[in-house]
Amino acid sequence: MTTAERPAASAPHGRYPTERVPAHARDLHLTDSVRSARDDARAQGGQSGEWMPYLPASGSPYRPPGVDPAALVWAETVAPGGYTHKALARGTRLRFDDPTGDACAHLLLFNALEPVERLNVADTLKIPWQAYLGENHPLLSGDGRVLAVVSDDSSGRHDAFCGTSTDAWNERKYGDARPEGPAPSGRGLFLKAAAKHGLGRRDLPPGVSFFQGVRVGADGTLGWRGSAGPGTHVELVAEMPLLVLVANVAHPLDPRPDYVVGPLRVHAWRGAPTGPDEPRFTATPELHRAYLNTVDYCEARGL
Amino acid sequence: MATTRTGNTPVTFPTASGGTVASTVPVGAVHAPGSPLDRGASLVEGAVVLDDTVAPNAPWSAVVRRGHVLTIVDVGGNQSADCLLYDADDPEERYSVPDTLAWQGNAYVRTGTVLRSNEGRALMTVVANEIDRQDTIGGACGKESNTLRYGHHVMFQHGCRENFLAEAGRRGLGVRDLVSNLNWFMNVPVEADGALGIVDGMSAPGRRVAVRADRDVLVLVSNCPQMNNPCNDFNPTPLRMLVVDPAAVAGGTRSAAAAGTLGGTA
Repeated sequence: MTTAERPAASAPHGRYPTERVPAHARDLHLTDSVRSARDDARAQGGQSGEWMPYLPASGSPYRPPGVDPAALVWAETVAPGGYTHKALARGTRLRFDDPTGDACAHLLLFNALEPVERLNVADTLKIPWQAYLGENHPLLSGDGRVLAVVSDDSSGRHDAFCGTSTDAWNERKYGDARPEGPAPSGRGLFLKAAAKHGLGRRDLPPGVSFFQGVRVGADGTLGWRGSAGPGTHVELVAEMPLLVLVANVAHPLDPRPDYVVGPLRVHAWRGAPTGPDEPRFTATPELHRAYLNTVDYCEARGL
Repeated sequence: MATTRTGNTPVTFPTASGGTVASTVPVGAVHAPGSPLDRGASLVEGAVVLDDTVAPNAPWSAVVRRGHVLTIVDVGGNQSADCLLYDADDPEERYSVPDTLAWQGNAYVRTGTVLRSNEGRALMTVVANEIDRQDTIGGACGKESNTLRYGHHVMFQHGCRENFLAEAGRRGLGVRDLVSNLNWFMNVPVEADGALGIVDGMSAPGRRVAVRADRDVLVLVSNCPQMNNPCNDFNPTPLRMLVVDPAAVAGGTRSAAAAGTLGGTA
């Protein structure tokens, strides 16, 4: 398909219009020599946008309450339809904020040192005997260890059944799934995030998502519950060195015909992994043994 | 409960080649003598392409060609057949639990369920099913996850993830290719408060499920060896895997029903 044949960008809709280049952008730049082009490029720095990483992270304009700015290691607002990724040290606190009630944080986790160890959603539900994610719910790998645990949750609207969207899903639902287009699929974004860490299609297992809830009916029906409204957050503790992939895309079951997703804020800061003296470590027999396995692995590796 | 052996006294086991071997290896249990076994027959008429029996605790794999129908017979009843599917020509496209569930808007697998890939496309379709619902949210057991569920004393018990790794290796696949799976004949209800777990099964000897390949599909199965929950009724029994070609039914080749009488008792 040539550029000319592609469908025209849709008109702005909802609360999140796409960014647009001014009609006369050409007139705003003097770039007829290397020196003028350099000056023009450098003059563009220092601006802020609605969605961007904040560097250093300590300067985040949206620093979570009670967090020491000097401890921040990651601060970013992910655009609607955007993705981000980071390798995090063991013990790091990771917080997602949904400022508008329309974010949907699709998440994949890997052991950063051995990425064949990765999130296993079946074990994440089966081993805690609980289908719905909430505080103290571990995000387990297939190797019997805790990759991360939910340490705080003011939303309660999450999903571990539907995973993220695919190109086939979005093409059927929205008529478009191009990663550079108005309706990117979560899998399409995960593929790019994974590729930046040397991972590919084989390395993307089913994931979980935060901020848009799904409940299972008595007959198995997957019921959409949507978000808990603007201003909620979820916090995780990295219990192992983590590779984190995040795609902020519309939930597959979102019933709205428009592709509506809000910005997603991400913050992470230095901290300690859950220790044996904390109530969470022994909260259930399964969680206790999962932590014992996790500590065993980390101590053997000198972490 | 004391499970530690104090001596190295070998126990006699049957071998794959038909003999016996005395061994100290703590291999998994198999079904009790006298367990009722019903080898059934194909759920769909057609020329028999394949008729295999999967021994208790063992893995199995085969490529099911497009249009062919695989009937899985729960020979001994309530025997979980943990199952993964791959596009035979492009195994990086493989079975996906969330895509299967999201597309149908339901957490359980029944007749009509399209078993979808990680690209959202159809791999196989359930065309007949003799139990109320089939599971795809309970995942597979494994040596490591067993330690979380039951304690570290079970570490050297066999598990489905071990079977999947061994069988995947024979097909050029590996740990990166293992994802959440189907569990034919296993029962995992989700209750109103989100409580979820493996409970007593709804199957019985001879119950069946039939899946049609919507393209050439590599099917991996682990005949679940788990001895700590009811996914096999604590009594591992064989599975029968029957592949038929429905298009060849009129061609005069022997029928699946006739083939069913050839296998004898498992």
